[in-house]
Amino acid sequence: MADGQHLAIRARGMVKRFGDLTAVAGIDLDVPAGMIFAILGPNGAGKTTLLRMLATLLRPDAGEAALIGRDLRADPDGVREVISMTGQFASLDEDLTGRENLVLLARLWGFRGAAARGRAVALLSAFDLAEAGGRQVKAYSGGMRRRLDIAASLIVTPGILFLDEPTTGLDPTARAGVWSLIKGLAQSGVTILLTTQYLEEADQLAGRIAVIDHGRKIAEGTSRELKAQTGSGMLHVSPLGDHDRAALVLERVVGVPAHRSAEGGDLSVPVADAARATAAISALVAEGIEVGDFRMGQPSLDEVFFALTGGPGREDRP
Amino acid sequence: MNDMALDRAGVTVAPAPGRLARVERPPRPSALSNALVFGWRAVLKFRHVPEQLFDLVMTPIMFTLLFTFVFGGALAGSPREYLQFFLPGILVQTVIFNSVYSGVGLCTDLQKGLFDRFRSLPIWSLAPFAGLMVGDILRHAIAGGIILGIGLLLGYRPEAGVPGVVAGFLLLFVVGFGVGWVFMTIGLLVSTPMTVMTFGFTFIFPLVFASNISVNPETMPGWLEAFVNVNPVSHITTALRGLFGGTVTAGQVGLALLAPAALTLLLAPVVLALYRRK
Ligand SMILES: Nc1ncnc2c1ncn2[C@@H]1O[C@H](COP(=O)(O)OP(=O)(O)OP(=O)(O)O)[C@@H](O)[C@H]1O
Ligand SMILES: [Mg+2]
Repeated sequence: MADGQHLAIRARGMVKRFGDLTAVAGIDLDVPAGMIFAILGPNGAGKTTLLRMLATLLRPDAGEAALIGRDLRADPDGVREVISMTGQFASLDEDLTGRENLVLLARLWGFRGAAARGRAVALLSAFDLAEAGGRQVKAYSGGMRRRLDIAASLIVTPGILFLDEPTTGLDPTARAGVWSLIKGLAQSGVTILLTTQYLEEADQLAGRIAVIDHGRKIAEGTSRELKAQTGSGMLHVSPLGDHDRAALVLERVVGVPAHRSAEGGDLSVPVADAARATAAISALVAEGIEVGDFRMGQPSLDEVFFALTGGPGREDRP
Repeated sequence: MNDMALDRAGVTVAPAPGRLARVERPPRPSALSNALVFGWRAVLKFRHVPEQLFDLVMTPIMFTLLFTFVFGGALAGSPREYLQFFLPGILVQTVIFNSVYSGVGLCTDLQKGLFDRFRSLPIWSLAPFAGLMVGDILRHAIAGGIILGIGLLLGYRPEAGVPGVVAGFLLLFVVGFGVGWVFMTIGLLVSTPMTVMTFGFTFIFPLVFASNISVNPETMPGWLEAFVNVNPVSHITTALRGLFGGTVTAGQVGLALLAPAALTLLLAPVVLALYRRK
């Protein structure tokens, strides 16, 4: 197939059930080579399950996938040669030092003696862990652990790197560090499939975003396309008075529920054009609700998520 | 200092793996070399967590001292004579207890996601288990060696000398290997290491104590004596006493190997299936 060459991941109809629960309910995925691709979804959406299937850790109940041209079912060992996975929770041996963890993995990959140690040292210094390399992992901070965990996935440069919620639980500084690290990796040619609950993260990093909820893909595109999907524009209103009543009035005019900003101060609704926006503002004024501020603009990913799932995305700041 | 390095101007410098050169994988290592790497991990653990050794040998040492000096006189006429009877048994008990820890370790690794990492590597899929076994044998050897050493200090004498002791330890390794499957199965089935411990000891206590490890079963009520006489732990202990004492018969060794062989045949496939299914 012609376009198969440029796809790092091609998945069709992936399904995974746990008893009665269908965690992943038929997801297709096309990830172009060299791209950072984000899977965005709330808790329990099926992100981890999807990634674990692609990383050969879970057997899919249905569906097929090819990773860099290697078939997931027929050739899992071939897939393992070209992928690397950093799970949602650090998969490190806490009792060992950072360096020992890396040497252990390097040896498993087949590096011998000095080569294995050399690989560990190179990774430690690239990830700013040279000093901490001799300490036990249990003494590491969250950010250090995360970096070591990602370093552990790069013993051999993978074709595809899976990152399951790479920044969940990190402080803003550590988070920015992991972001620039991910961007650097992508520049060096690694295809990255990451999951996140943070809309901002997907917006910042990813060339393409798939939004999943309840095991289904509900939207996919660039961040710009997703925003456009919600409507040509958003009307943002800051009512001074009763927010609940203002929200009801807006809903009546535009026909969909109003989205509340995380801080609770702003309401926003998709509007097709300026006439619709004017009608909405007039309705508020007619109801005696004072409007402090209003403006038209592009929807944020948060609002896109709300429009797609009918529920709030996670707050962007951890 | 925070997570990020600060350069002299105080500007945050992000790590720059973009500058990392691409690294291709070396030739695929053999299954044996993979297993040995896991064995090396077990050795590192000993270095970093020497306390675990303390856990392993403290209980048997206490048992040896208490039983020998408190009950020894009453049970066997003199502490010295009792020690001669009891020491092989306490070694059997130690190895069986140790096997519980290997299930606990497995469960911890699974819980921490460490096995996910191993399983997504292109290596022999059973290497992590082979590695666990290498670690177990090491643990049995170290703990057994320490306890035997203390026994020797207290006056225990294996009549069969070095060859007897070597043969005895080989038997202990086989027993540890066989019993290990039970706890690996439990380690794969339950989700917290603590539960492995509880399950493990619930299962082990009656087997270990209703045996001939600490007393001669002839003094027990008939029904219990009957149980003790068919208890595999008793057969193992009898064989070990025989090996150390130089009085062993082929039949005794055969009986002792029955349980480890059965457990391996029965549970090894279960463990592998559970692991692959995970
Ligand atoms: N091993 C399992 N056994 C049973 N149910 C499971 C298992 N793993 C996941 N699930 C269920 O499948 C659903 C999807 O889980 P998954 O971990 O893939 O979600 P997620 O999107 O990664 O969520 P989070 O953001 O919390 O990590 C959840 O309802 C979860 O409870
Ligand atoms: Mg998850």
